[in-house]
Amino acid sequence: MVALATFLQRELRLLARQKADWLNPVLFFVIVLSLFPLGIGPEPNLLRIIAPGVIWIAALLSVLLAAERLFKDDYRNGVLEQLVATRQALWPFVFAKLISNWLSTGLPLVLLSPLVALLLNVDSASFLAMLLTLLLGTPLLSLLSVLGAALTVSADKGGILLALLILPLYIPLLIFASAAMEAAAMALPYYGQLAIMLAMLLVALALVPFAVNSALKINVS
Amino acid sequence: MALSDISRFVLLRQYGNMRPIFPVVDSKRPVIKHQPFSVIVGQELLQAQALSCIRQDRVLFEQLSFTVRAGDILQVAGKNGAGKSSLLRLLAGLSAPDEGTLHYRSQPLSDVVDDYAANLCFIGHQSGIHEQLTALENLAFWRAAAGVPQPDDYALLAQLGLAGLEDIPCNMLSAGQQRRVSLARLWFTSCQVWILDEPFTALDQSAIAMLQQYFLQHLNRGGAIVLTTHQNLTLQYNSLTTLELAYRW
Amino acid sequence: MFKWLHPLAKPETVYQLCGRLYPWLLTAALLLLLLGNIWGLAFTPPDYQQGDSYRIIHIHVPAAIMSMGAYSAMAIAAFVALVWQVKVAQWSVLAIAPIGAVYTAIALITGMAWGKPMWGTWWVWDARLTSELILLFLYLGVIALSGAFSDRQTGAKVASLLAVVGVINLPVIHFSVEWWNTLHQGASITKFAKPSIDPSMLWPLLISILAFKVLMLALICLRLRTAILVNEQHRPWVRAMAGDQ
Repeated sequence: MVALATFLQRELRLLARQKADWLNPVLFFVIVLSLFPLGIGPEPNLLRIIAPGVIWIAALLSVLLAAERLFKDDYRNGVLEQLVATRQALWPFVFAKLISNWLSTGLPLVLLSPLVALLLNVDSASFLAMLLTLLLGTPLLSLLSVLGAALTVSADKGGILLALLILPLYIPLLIFASAAMEAAAMALPYYGQLAIMLAMLLVALALVPFAVNSALKINVS
Repeated sequence: MALSDISRFVLLRQYGNMRPIFPVVDSKRPVIKHQPFSVIVGQELLQAQALSCIRQDRVLFEQLSFTVRAGDILQVAGKNGAGKSSLLRLLAGLSAPDEGTLHYRSQPLSDVVDDYAANLCFIGHQSGIHEQLTALENLAFWRAAAGVPQPDDYALLAQLGLAGLEDIPCNMLSAGQQRRVSLARLWFTSCQVWILDEPFTALDQSAIAMLQQYFLQHLNRGGAIVLTTHQNLTLQYNSLTTLELAYRW
Repeated sequence: MFKWLHPLAKPETVYQLCGRLYPWLLTAALLLLLLGNIWGLAFTPPDYQQGDSYRIIHIHVPAAIMSMGAYSAMAIAAFVALVWQVKVAQWSVLAIAPIGAVYTAIALITGMAWGKPMWGTWWVWDARLTSELILLFLYLGVIALSGAFSDRQTGAKVASLLAVVGVINLPVIHFSVEWWNTLHQGASITKFAKPSIDPSMLWPLLISILAFKVLMLALICLRLRTAILVNEQHRPWVRAMAGDQ
């Protein structure tokens, strides 16, 4: 626990000092969202219909953008290698990365959601659904993007590779999150979708750290 | 971070070579008292039998056997690309040998790998220092990783000649100073086996002498050191073995 | 059973086993392919609804079934590679992945070719089509990841890990896509009622499925042999063999 607290403090310090790492993806999210009305047309009803899918696709892409740098510095300067050699210290490190990744990429999206709702003409019922899906879905996004970053940390070419690996894994989340928002827009219950998202989150929370752990070990071996 | 810390940090970012006021520490005061290891000197710690390592379709070494006992220092020598770092990474348990076996305290390494890792301090070719963090923050990180409680980091850094540089981001330190921050870990670790890849890189003569003196203390306590270096060790070690790796095509 | 499996962890044994199996598998695959496809394409009666265009199922269905079969084979190999650190299993993952990807691509392309006359469009976002497309992405991910590292060994291990992650996700993706599709378009063309197949069409189809399976095994043997040679080129047994020839 001491290690987790110290590691988390370190990650938060780094976020405070490397603001571009998490501000750029958030800006990207807002910019992508503002491009959709320009490309599709400003018709409010049309925007309301496409809003769920658009919001979630923008969220996926912006999280992906932040994922690439996640382990790169620590790999390059040897921190990762020496942590793997200690074996136990790798666990708190992985959890610190997960938490800081959500705080820097997921949480800003949740906080920005009222603005997004205004931009895309989302009504209040759908807005609540959007808030709930973002709250449940962004931690899952963080888990998967940490996994992708861990898989590709020592790869010669990251970038597009990360997208190829991770976007297929995002698909279930995309489907259920936008379905929940659509159901809310039609005043239908959407607890089922939320429950499935929660289930996916819990399963990922149980399994992903193991995969991240072994991916990091393989990458420094 | 208190407000004063932040303002000082901002100042330091702007005026890199300005010396702020620091807590006065006695650099002569020993920082941490280490207890001797409860081992008989000469006990076998690491045993390598017929190790082979293949990287990128190149055989780096084959049929390499040696033993590291408590109190031993093993210097791995050889040209660039001879496989020194790869050997150290095998010994640190980071990768598995392509052939051959490693034993720790006479047990196969794969069976006791957690015990071994808990007793191992590995500092690799890269320093393990994050450039955006200060010396103190880097030390705090490694202390948490090693599970060592808070010692007096200011005193330790002063002893290593880093007084006044404690809370400057490491990317503003010189390569040698960064190396000192990285090696500071050796002063608070309680591990018996040290594996160090090029520890003397970028260090000045006085730092090298100090480090070699500190190695001697560790060996006398019953520790063991495996290191690579291109420099000759200037201090006389009774238990020094040199392993020369030939460069092979 | 482990006693019996244990020699298979040794690359040399696997190399020789694959070498012995390969000619038999390849011959059997070609004969079965010829038999199944000629029978299916030329000698079965046309379908009462679809006419002759249904005949593509003799390629489409085997490829689709085996694209999933290849993924499970790859995932099992990957699991063995990760848990027991068996190198032959790692190389098997990389040997299977491109074959699986090609089978998936064949299934998709033939499916589209069949969809054009039947559904009037090359592509519909049907649950099965979408799952198959995502399967292709998963295969491409494994292949791309394995080639992205300067160290081949690392590439093989990471690709194995991704294959295992993918197989855990595959059912989730499959069911979510199925659920998504039924939500979006209830009774549409995807609910195409399949007429229960006539035995005269069933037999050539079964033979074709078997043929694709045996062909896959033959290709895996071939690719695995190459992978073993590439990765073991420094071992005495490979050198001795190269010296003999």
